[in-house]
Amino acid sequence: MAHVSRNDAFVEFERVQKSYDGENLVVKDLNLTLPKGEFLTMLGPSGSGKTTCLMMLAGFETATHGDIRLDGVSINHIPPHKRGIGMVFQNYALFPHMTIAENLSFPLEVRNIGKSDREEKVKRALDMVEMGAFGGRRPSQLSGGQQQRIALARALVFEPELVLMDEPLGALDKQLREKMQFEITRLAHNLGITTVYVTHDQTEALTMSDRVAVFNDGRIQQLAPPTELYESPVNSFVAQFIGENNTLEGTVAEVNGNRALVKLDDGEVIDCKPVNVSKPGERTRVSIRPERVEYNKDRMQEGVHTLQAEVLEFIYMGDIFRTRLRVAGNDEFIIKTRNAPDQVRLEPGQQIDIGWMPEDCHALDA
Amino acid sequence: MKIKTALLASALTTAAAVAQAQEVTVMSWGGAYTKSQVEAYHKPFTAETGIKIVSVDADNPATPIKAQVEAGNVTIDVADVEFSDAVRLCDEGLLEEIDVSILPAAPDGTPAEDDFIEGALQDCAVANIVWSTVFAYNTENVSSAPASIADFFDTTKIPGKRGLRKSAKATLEMALMADGVPAAEVYDILDTEEGVDRAFAVLDKIKDDIVWWEAGAQPPQLLADGEVVMSTAYNGRIFNAAVAESQPLEVVWDGQILDFDLFVVPKGAPNKEAALDFIAYSTDTQRLADQASWISYGPARKSSGSLVGLFSDGKTEMAPHMPTAEANLGNALVNNFEFWVDKDTELNERFNAWLAN
Amino acid sequence: MSDATLSQATAVNEPSAGLTTADGKPLKQALLRAQSHARRRAFLLVAPLLAFILLTFVMPIGQMLHRSVHNEGFTWHEDVTTGHRTPIMTNLSQWFDDNPLGTEPDEAAFAALAADLVVLREVKAAGQAGTRINYERSGSRSMFTKAARRANKLEAPYKEALLELDEDWVDPSLWRVMRDASSSYTANFYLAALDRTKDADGKVTQVNENRQVYVKLFKRTLFLSIIITLLTLILAYPIAHLLATLPLGKSNLLMILVLLPFWTSLLVRTTSWMVLLQSQGVVNDALVGMGLLGDENRLEMMYNQMGTLIAMTHILLPFMVLPLYSVMRPINPSYVRAARSLGATSWTAFRRIYFPQTVPGIGAGALLVFILAVGYYITPALVGGADGQLISNLIAFHMQKSLNWSLAAALAALLLGGILILYWLYDRLVGIDNLKLG
Repeated sequence: MAHVSRNDAFVEFERVQKSYDGENLVVKDLNLTLPKGEFLTMLGPSGSGKTTCLMMLAGFETATHGDIRLDGVSINHIPPHKRGIGMVFQNYALFPHMTIAENLSFPLEVRNIGKSDREEKVKRALDMVEMGAFGGRRPSQLSGGQQQRIALARALVFEPELVLMDEPLGALDKQLREKMQFEITRLAHNLGITTVYVTHDQTEALTMSDRVAVFNDGRIQQLAPPTELYESPVNSFVAQFIGENNTLEGTVAEVNGNRALVKLDDGEVIDCKPVNVSKPGERTRVSIRPERVEYNKDRMQEGVHTLQAEVLEFIYMGDIFRTRLRVAGNDEFIIKTRNAPDQVRLEPGQQIDIGWMPEDCHALDA
Repeated sequence: MKIKTALLASALTTAAAVAQAQEVTVMSWGGAYTKSQVEAYHKPFTAETGIKIVSVDADNPATPIKAQVEAGNVTIDVADVEFSDAVRLCDEGLLEEIDVSILPAAPDGTPAEDDFIEGALQDCAVANIVWSTVFAYNTENVSSAPASIADFFDTTKIPGKRGLRKSAKATLEMALMADGVPAAEVYDILDTEEGVDRAFAVLDKIKDDIVWWEAGAQPPQLLADGEVVMSTAYNGRIFNAAVAESQPLEVVWDGQILDFDLFVVPKGAPNKEAALDFIAYSTDTQRLADQASWISYGPARKSSGSLVGLFSDGKTEMAPHMPTAEANLGNALVNNFEFWVDKDTELNERFNAWLAN
Repeated sequence: MSDATLSQATAVNEPSAGLTTADGKPLKQALLRAQSHARRRAFLLVAPLLAFILLTFVMPIGQMLHRSVHNEGFTWHEDVTTGHRTPIMTNLSQWFDDNPLGTEPDEAAFAALAADLVVLREVKAAGQAGTRINYERSGSRSMFTKAARRANKLEAPYKEALLELDEDWVDPSLWRVMRDASSSYTANFYLAALDRTKDADGKVTQVNENRQVYVKLFKRTLFLSIIITLLTLILAYPIAHLLATLPLGKSNLLMILVLLPFWTSLLVRTTSWMVLLQSQGVVNDALVGMGLLGDENRLEMMYNQMGTLIAMTHILLPFMVLPLYSVMRPINPSYVRAARSLGATSWTAFRRIYFPQTVPGIGAGALLVFILAVGYYITPALVGGADGQLISNLIAFHMQKSLNWSLAAALAALLLGGILILYWLYDRLVGIDNLKLG
């Protein structure tokens, strides 16, 4: 990997810092490289610095320190309108005094593209988002989902190589959101556009992205493809933030290669995979996904440690069962099981033994 | 705004008067002038009769009368108005008639009809003072002291801004007198088209140097601020600023225009009887003389003249400050109300047109 | 079931009858009945306001419009204490009815006039009648008062008797004015308000050039008001934008500063401008003190058009800021960002995206400021000098000094008409539903 091709570094953040007040850093030492055609999601809680990064890339904020490069060229001092980046805003920002067609035509007009060319491109963009019949309407006459499509079409109509999206689906209802998630990814991949997508919704991040950058406290905590993010969180923040998680606290008793024994606070010992613990005596937070917890003895691996658990609550959710347990003093321990014909339904008050594959149990920082 | 508050105040007090009945609302011009009336008329009248006087002020007390009488909601019992307004309002039937016989005779027995200066008694009005429009200057700002009305209109001789009342009345007469027309001929000449042209020609020469004023309190202020070096003004206002407030102001009596202020009772005044009592009381020989010690306006009765004494500061002799003093009447014009009621519209239209050009 | 089918059947057979309720009554009627109670309550709630508006707005304006075409000075006399009304000039009016315009007044006319003068004397209406004639023919008033005083002594031949009193009694223009005035309704005040009059033959002509003032002042009022509106717009736009974009805490403070003038009396504000701007005032003193200006070359910013412009722009500024602010506040900054990201320069983004969205505020503010400016009179009266006077000052003059209320009403009605035309134009060009006051 010594050689970095031009394509691998289409968008680059190098040691970027941002401060609004001169006292606190909102973005701390950000390094990020984005190859052409990638769909990258910046995911994080509000205030984590992800939107600021997007705004710096768009040119609406300037980096306090560091360099942002687009296709190898530093864009720190290039005004937004010369960056040629398409952007979709949270509230769509469709110009209310213009028709849909005029909205789409706007970026072409300011680029002095001829009238017939404009009309052609606008038509194609509208067709692309299946809104061909709505050109003459005003934004206020459209539904939220339709406006979303138009905003997308407008950001793409001048054929930018990079598109930024700032929580574009936040205002839509669940069903529409899922549909749009699919459409946006489809469009981005079909057109081969590089996309930077900001959201605080982890499902969105996981389903849409090639890679996800998890932001917290002004830093990227983990930058990885969704699978890796989910399966192998590098620290307890990522583990907590991505998907549902059970945590148990304890002390590392033994580390042996990629196996570790953790002594939980109530004295029980479990098998884990050490992620960022290295030596015995360290405090650790153990993280297990609810769907990886097993209570059917037949399916458990030979010789793994099991824990005693008491069923507190059983919730029928259709496709899955969700069961709340008391495990090692933790009353919020959740397990999820598929609703299969042979699945055992647990009853509150029942005492069971639970266990898991050691590699599904991550010993993370405390 | 002032009128509105005054009307409100008087409306309230009239409502109260229904219960008491012994109250008279007198509307006057405000400032030092109202004060002189309060001291010389209101206070002694209340002391003597127990009838309370409610004093309210207006920029021109004639203005609310027409509105009040036409609306049938009269709150003023007595108003102090200018001659032309008194005559016009009387002609329009907006005023009560005042019987001369209610006015007391002079101390020497001369009946009121003979004691008042000619023209001071009208069908609906009794004059209380003779005032005049004069011009005054700020001694600290003029290059040389003006002596005649001609100097007022001569900006080469004495450069600087001039203050003039924004009205055709008095302005046109003074312009003609400055142009050498003797006082006795002013109205005859002004009655002709050429005469009016002549007056405006005089005004044209200083048009760019004129600051127009509307309220009587403005000229002393303009003179004191140095905004103008000379201004026409009501003589009493200048006297007050000069003597009571020690401003460096001096009056030039040449070309002064004498005028009456008269008491009238609006038709349908709520306390008509008490109002007439007040007028009879206030215009007796002593009261008119008393008023002259508060402000430099001349009494409308001949018999009061000899009783005029010192100003209320106790040292200024009032007699030489009276418009009616012999020395001040050298070149004086008596305002011709008949001329103005006839020509008011035409000359003010022309005046406004001239202003707007 | 059968009922339902029946009503459906009727609905199908007679589509014009409309739908019916379950018990067969027309749906529309039922709906009306159901809503009538709510409607009555709603009406009762607005009734006080309606009465208030009728009493304080519609009626005075109606009265004003009526007064501008109606003057009874030469037709009726009313004793204000008793309220008793007497017709006056009845004989003359009869003669005018019998003889068309252009008839030389004969002895019968003068006899009628003499008879009427007797009535004038009896009811003390000579001044009133004379004043009415004097509005249109200067110098007539004293003719009436003098003649009425001697009315009892007038004897036939009346023409000679009256001519002996004043030779102007044969003046044809006097007779033309009397003819017009003998009807209570006249459009002559509107003619006067447009610097026009009728000559002896009843033909409309311009008044003498040196008396033409109203049209000029209407034009000046229009011109100054437009300038003031533009000035307030230019000044208010950035302030309103700042207000709209600052964080709420700071913008509230700034808003208080903008509104501060509202809490001070108009007179106080106007006089403070006088203190500041007069030739010996603060601004001039400061300029002279700094040596930027010689003591003899002090700027004249007061008692002229400049004074009116400065003071009125300041006084009316908040009326422009507020509508603009209320329109700008909800404009999301992402519109401009979107435009910039789409490739627009900041100027293009402002011109094509931000500005069009503020147009309703501009329209409302401009209309508000313009209408207020057109009617302002205290400020121009105090600081305007001679060439800063507006038409409202002459309306005030006729209301307060000349007491020619009919002319004042005619001037005011023309002003009102002008504003209504503007309003109509605005509606046609921008659309009144695009007006946003706050």
